[in-house]
Amino acid sequence: MSILDLAVQNLASPMVLFFALGVAAALIRSDLAVPEAAAKLLALYLMLAIGFKGGAEVSKSGLDSAMALTIGAGILLSFLIPLAGYFFIRMSTRLGAIDAAAVAAHYGSISIVTFVAATEVVKGLGLAYEGYLIAVAAVMETPAIVAALLLARRAQPKGQAGESMGALLREVATNGSIVILVGAFFIGWITGERGMSMISPFIVDPFRGILCLFLLDMGLVAGRGLRQGARELSPPLIAFGIYFPLVSASLAAALAVPLGLSVGGAALFITLAASASYIAVPAAMRLALPEANPAIYLTLSLGVTFPFNLSLGIPLYAAVAQRIAG
Amino acid sequence: MEMHSKKRIEILLEAPAQKRLTDLLDRLDVTGYTVMPVLGGKGHHGVWSREGLPSAAGTMVSVSVIAAEERLDQVLEPVFDLVRRHIGIVTISDVMVIRGERF
Repeated sequence: MSILDLAVQNLASPMVLFFALGVAAALIRSDLAVPEAAAKLLALYLMLAIGFKGGAEVSKSGLDSAMALTIGAGILLSFLIPLAGYFFIRMSTRLGAIDAAAVAAHYGSISIVTFVAATEVVKGLGLAYEGYLIAVAAVMETPAIVAALLLARRAQPKGQAGESMGALLREVATNGSIVILVGAFFIGWITGERGMSMISPFIVDPFRGILCLFLLDMGLVAGRGLRQGARELSPPLIAFGIYFPLVSASLAAALAVPLGLSVGGAALFITLAASASYIAVPAAMRLALPEANPAIYLTLSLGVTFPFNLSLGIPLYAAVAQRIAG
Repeated sequence: MEMHSKKRIEILLEAPAQKRLTDLLDRLDVTGYTVMPVLGGKGHHGVWSREGLPSAAGTMVSVSVIAAEERLDQVLEPVFDLVRRHIGIVTISDVMVIRGERF
């Protein structure tokens, strides 16, 4: 399938269209809304389901050295991408050091929903992927935050950088989304196929419908953010939100071949690197760098990069994976 | 009915920092506090609403503490020190309570 066919097929998927509906509803100021508690439940469901499926896959395929290497590569990427991102932002925009570090952290970390959407595209192409990529996703959440804090501390006046890195990392590592993702992964791993057959009517059959509902909500939040926060984003910053995922994707693509990932696995690994967090990292940045303006990093990550990845990025990463891996 | 004069400290704070604030209030040995969700509003950072957000970032909570006037500075200074770096508002008002010995 050509890149164009893949992009058209992806753009016409219910997932992308529900996201677009959410954005449109927010822009026309509709009162359509998903209650906060329901949004949290939908996110929990998606993480439980994707974590469990990954664990069940690992129980089938077994452990190998490729898993350890891919996890190591994920940690390395999550640490290096913010350094590159910070450099690009400081060179091309007028953002200060603290705001630039906060934005960079989002791009080094990952968006599990972008990953989930990519698994649907990969499955749609009839490709399999390595279940341990869920573990890779989980370890890629935090190194980016460390890198961003190191960058920000250079810019903060002495005495103001009073945040204890240890305390912050504990808070991030025990963040509910990581606990449910990793916990479900291990439960899937321990219970394997038997566990999967027991709960598949809950985590497999309704998965796409619930993903559509969550993406509708993300569209509403992104549209609202764009309506209110767009003035915070300068054209060079909006451009960063689109070209920088491609820079991160290129770094991951260069690593995917020596790691020996399958085509589906390479597509997902590239997607992880290209995605930007909008759940775990914004909360961590409010604690670690409260001086940074949340309207900038939330709007850029959720209002620019997420829609780009969801609509065009993922088919592009899948097409690149088809050419380089397998 | 006999009433007692106290101070109410109301702290409107971004939700990610809530645990830090309540941990601090525990260390300060206040006799109690109440945490309430806030639906939405508008401030220096623009309009905000908790609807649809899967993350604590972007949402606010309101924490209220009733304290005796002589303890006000002892509580207020460390609380304001924490809130200063975050999105938040601290207000103090006079209130009357019935069971004065509890605060």
